Amino acid sequence: MALNWYLALSAVLFSIGVIGVLTRKNAVVIFMSVELMLNAVNLTLVAFSSHFGDINGIILVFFSLCVAASEAAVGLAIIITIFRNNLTVDISKINLLRW
Amino acid sequence: MVTYLFILFAVIAIATALAVVFNKSTVSSALFLVLNLLTLAGIYLLLQAQFLAIIQVLVYAGAIMVLFLFVIMLLNLQDEEKIFSRSRVQFILSFLLVAVVFAQILYSVGSATNMLPAVSSSMKTVGTVEAVGNVLFTQYLIPVEVTAILLTAAVVGALLIAQRKIQLKK
Repeated sequence: MALNWYLALSAVLFSIGVIGVLTRKNAVVIFMSVELMLNAVNLTLVAFSSHFGDINGIILVFFSLCVAASEAAVGLAIIITIFRNNLTVDISKINLLRW
Repeated sequence: MVTYLFILFAVIAIATALAVVFNKSTVSSALFLVLNLLTLAGIYLLLQAQFLAIIQVLVYAGAIMVLFLFVIMLLNLQDEEKIFSRSRVQFILSFLLVAVVFAQILYSVGSATNMLPAVSSSMKTVGTVEAVGNVLFTQYLIPVEVTAILLTAAVVGALLIAQRKIQLKK
């Protein structure tokens, strides 16, 4: 297996995540699409790390996992607060700060 | 064998990623995301990064997705009638943007990596828990500690944000 296929898979997954972020209106689904994109980038890092036999990529993915975990905790807390104030997670209806 | 497994995992990963995005029910989206993360763990195993495969299952498919499902349960979301309700121009623009992003990624990664070998032979020793732990607790000790602080801060911050009422002292 050449490295190209892993990178292509990662690019496809990232693009699907971008589609989700740009077109969906449910905040929770947008958040899940962000997780998809994070995972696509992680796949790139692991692929490169594995092909060069270098451990630093794996370490970077480990830290990125930690950041993703804290990001999920804080982001979901924000979504809960938004839902409590607006009774919706539809981002087209949350426009308090929109000009 | 590795090729067939990769094709299997890749097809499942892309299909479930599409199912996450194009799904009316939020709960099904979350469950498809779990499947996606599990196939990614399989691909990590193909790349001989055993430690990351285990961490992927434990942290992502386990902890983070349980958090997602809990939040969906708390919010009591209904299924949406229309997945995409943005205006048509915005919709077309977003797909164009995605095409540009995809082309850009393929252009930047496709040109430079033709000649690389497959999985490096030294990966057998690099991807294990022992090797990762060895580097993590010597060379990267301070970043690990900072990560611990980050996680604590995130949990405290999440609690503070999701609290029902923040009482201010006067």
